[in-house]
Amino acid sequence: MQNAKDLKEYRHQMRESLDDEFLRKTLDTFAVAYRAGRAGAFADFDVAALVADVARSKDEALSRIDQLYEEFKKNAEAAGVKVHFAKDAAAANAIIAGIAVENGAKKIVKSKSMTAEETLLNHALEERGLEVVETDLGEWIIQLRHEGPSHMVMPAIHLSRYQVKDLFTDVTGARQEADIEKLVKVARRQLREKFAQADMGITGANFAVAQTGTIGLVTNEGNGRLVTTLPRIHVALLGIDKLVPTLSDALKILKVLPRNATGQNLTSYVTWITGANECASAEGGRKITHFVVLDNGRLKLAKDPLFSQIFRCVRCGACANVCPVYRLVGGHKMGHIYIGAIGLILTYFFHGADKAKNLIQNCINCEACKDVCAGGIDLPRLIKEVRARILEETGHPLPSLLLGKVLANRKLFFTLLRSAKWAQKPVADHEGYIRHLPMIFSREHNYKALPTVAEVPFRDRWAGLDKGPALSRLSVGLFSGCVQDFVYPEQMEAAVKLFSAHGVRLSFPMTQSCCGLPAQMMGESAAAKEVAVQNIRAFEKEKVDYIVTLCASCGSHLKNNYPAILSETPGMREKALAFSARVIDFSSFTNDVLGLTATDFSGDPTPATYHSPCHLCRGLGVHEAPRSLIRASGLDFREADESEVCCGFGGTFSVKFPELSAEILHKKLDKVEQTGAKVLLSDCPGCIMQLRGGLRKRGSSIAVRHTAEALADRMKKK
Amino acid sequence: MEQGEAKSLCDRFQERAEAVSSRVRRIHSFEEALDYTLDLCGGKTACRIELSGCEQHLSAPADALCRLKQEKILAAPGLNAELYQKFEKACTQSGFCCLGRGLRDHLGGIDIGFSLADLAIAETGTVVMDCPGEEARLATMICEYHVCLVPRSAIVADAFAAEARLLEYLSRSPNYTAFITGPSRTADIERVLALGVHGPLELHLLLLED
Repeated sequence: MQNAKDLKEYRHQMRESLDDEFLRKTLDTFAVAYRAGRAGAFADFDVAALVADVARSKDEALSRIDQLYEEFKKNAEAAGVKVHFAKDAAAANAIIAGIAVENGAKKIVKSKSMTAEETLLNHALEERGLEVVETDLGEWIIQLRHEGPSHMVMPAIHLSRYQVKDLFTDVTGARQEADIEKLVKVARRQLREKFAQADMGITGANFAVAQTGTIGLVTNEGNGRLVTTLPRIHVALLGIDKLVPTLSDALKILKVLPRNATGQNLTSYVTWITGANECASAEGGRKITHFVVLDNGRLKLAKDPLFSQIFRCVRCGACANVCPVYRLVGGHKMGHIYIGAIGLILTYFFHGADKAKNLIQNCINCEACKDVCAGGIDLPRLIKEVRARILEETGHPLPSLLLGKVLANRKLFFTLLRSAKWAQKPVADHEGYIRHLPMIFSREHNYKALPTVAEVPFRDRWAGLDKGPALSRLSVGLFSGCVQDFVYPEQMEAAVKLFSAHGVRLSFPMTQSCCGLPAQMMGESAAAKEVAVQNIRAFEKEKVDYIVTLCASCGSHLKNNYPAILSETPGMREKALAFSARVIDFSSFTNDVLGLTATDFSGDPTPATYHSPCHLCRGLGVHEAPRSLIRASGLDFREADESEVCCGFGGTFSVKFPELSAEILHKKLDKVEQTGAKVLLSDCPGCIMQLRGGLRKRGSSIAVRHTAEALADRMKKK
Repeated sequence: MEQGEAKSLCDRFQERAEAVSSRVRRIHSFEEALDYTLDLCGGKTACRIELSGCEQHLSAPADALCRLKQEKILAAPGLNAELYQKFEKACTQSGFCCLGRGLRDHLGGIDIGFSLADLAIAETGTVVMDCPGEEARLATMICEYHVCLVPRSAIVADAFAAEARLLEYLSRSPNYTAFITGPSRTADIERVLALGVHGPLELHLLLLED
């Protein structure tokens, strides 16, 4: 449970996780195994179609949630269940404690429920003198250790068999071995006795089917079946967002949930309960059954046009499984109660800005979560929106405010960048790196060498460049982004050389500015909107077929986010759509539109590998184009392991969390070095800055270049 | 044509069930199912439920529950009277205890729970049991081995193909329907798969030609 007071304390806590070797190794192995398992489970299916189905089902349910609740209540009560509506966590806990007291229950067995974690139900029941025993193995372990879960599906993933052995030795009063099979059996026997004694069982629910008043439980261990069979009372606590209209909707979700959660086609048990079932230990032979339906802010949020999509979440935990930050620090640092990308968002809504304000910063915006989400939730965007909301509530910190102000004023921004070249003089070396970090950065930033600002930015070089034939069938407007304009103008020059030689007419509108992504990442929404409008206006007058950018982050921001952030700005919606439709990344343009092939290139088969920028592979869905160009160029292409995993840059992320950025980078560079490549190519200046700086610190001789540079160098002379 | 489809459905079911550690055997009669089950029970090492953890160092109350069981026990509460009679007779002849009800008195565990599937889903290797009666639920949970008889005609392609039937079950008041896919499993300690955490250690599926 993450509860740091401020960012400094939060960073300190994360450093502890980074030092936990067991955790690091476990999460590394898991991240790799998960991807393979998931791919296998979905092999026969069109995943995007399944996800769209879940999203449609959930959206439709949410649009008439009140009506579904009434229908569910009516059908469940007709079958002998008492259905309660709980306004908030305290109300839910009071209802459940009341049921226990009213029926003289003392001993409670529980199967895993994130909703019960949300309401801190166990604490509330124990305060009233009730014994509560978690029966899911992982939950039982963390309950005994007085911890919260560190993963929504595998709550004790942070613990080793040795820790469990010590714990079970305490619990049984007998010496245990660190043998997982044996430990599992010890748990089976210890908990069986708890099942036999319990008079009340508490579960969550994965589905509440309005059509029949049925709840559905998805489990692997089978404890859910015992919890709902043996005790004479059953209480299910569920968020109102678990309501679905029909069994068919539930089956749709069930098709995706286990596959996405653990790579299983189906969990060992799915239990469907309608009404008060037979129970020999209950009076009259019928189980006392209560369903407690929790609101806790959900109904209000259901009406929010942007955030209502969070209720498509089926709690599969996949967003944590693929998150490079989760992989480093684990769930205790990557969530308050709910974990992973969805956890960052839910924490704000269920547990408040104070609990969320540090956590919400901890997203590198790599979009791996969005790519894998079972409900197709745009998690990175919502995280940025929560940042903006927290800024509105708590005030803009000075650096963020300044960044927003500067970015929104193009002339001021460029003046500052130009003057940076003078300011860096005392610390710059001859190879274009900063020798010592300026004072504003701390020691933690020293894991990579930072580049200096170029002597002459791209915009000042433009006039002297070949802009291609004036009469061409293909015209392109170049969008440089700030890094390539002011730090790596040679990458832009390479593209100009390549395009003009292949008959493309080029233009570069001078009034273009930063794409605005850094402002949006910081939660400075107003500034992000302002620069978006500036850029759209800059390209409005250019009658070009395509707007090409060599920066994947700019590209995905221009293409995906502009229409969204300007959707409510008067007069800009259509313009943003028209603008973004013309935006294309360098590799896709060169490969798919220009159609360059092996006949266009020559050169040595130098071993080369590729880092796929997050905003290219996931942001823009581009996977093949750069690889096929590298092969065509005659380089000896070698795919690196995890080539589509983030490099750790994340723009402002690497400034806020340098330790995490450094660790993600180390992993990346290890994989790069394993390929034996002499050249590392990528399609994003941010990634290149990160990778190049990291390799230089390692003393590696691997050259890091933009794909455009490699292609321009290997272009056949015509 | 129809037979070809049925065959592939059956193969798919077997393949998917085996992929999740179920043991599948094709049989031709109820008697064959009985023989298989009794052999399985006879082949188990001892009367004590050692497989599922009673040999471990346990706390006193957990150990006491283990000690309740002193003989080999099979339970088949879901069978109709005629089949149950056959089942009980065969068990008794083999010297095993046979239960049709009262499973709450045996929470320490039983050796084998025998059941009949109402539906089976090929896509996931799942058996479906409509079991509002608690004895049937307990028999398939507190046993070490669950043996389930699956008539071939009960196999459908996927859950959607069974939707009408499932909806019929769920619409009954009350109802308790279970999808069972392989034995009880956990990966909660170091993500290492372990079978038989709360429920059966093994799931045996007997595919009956009908």
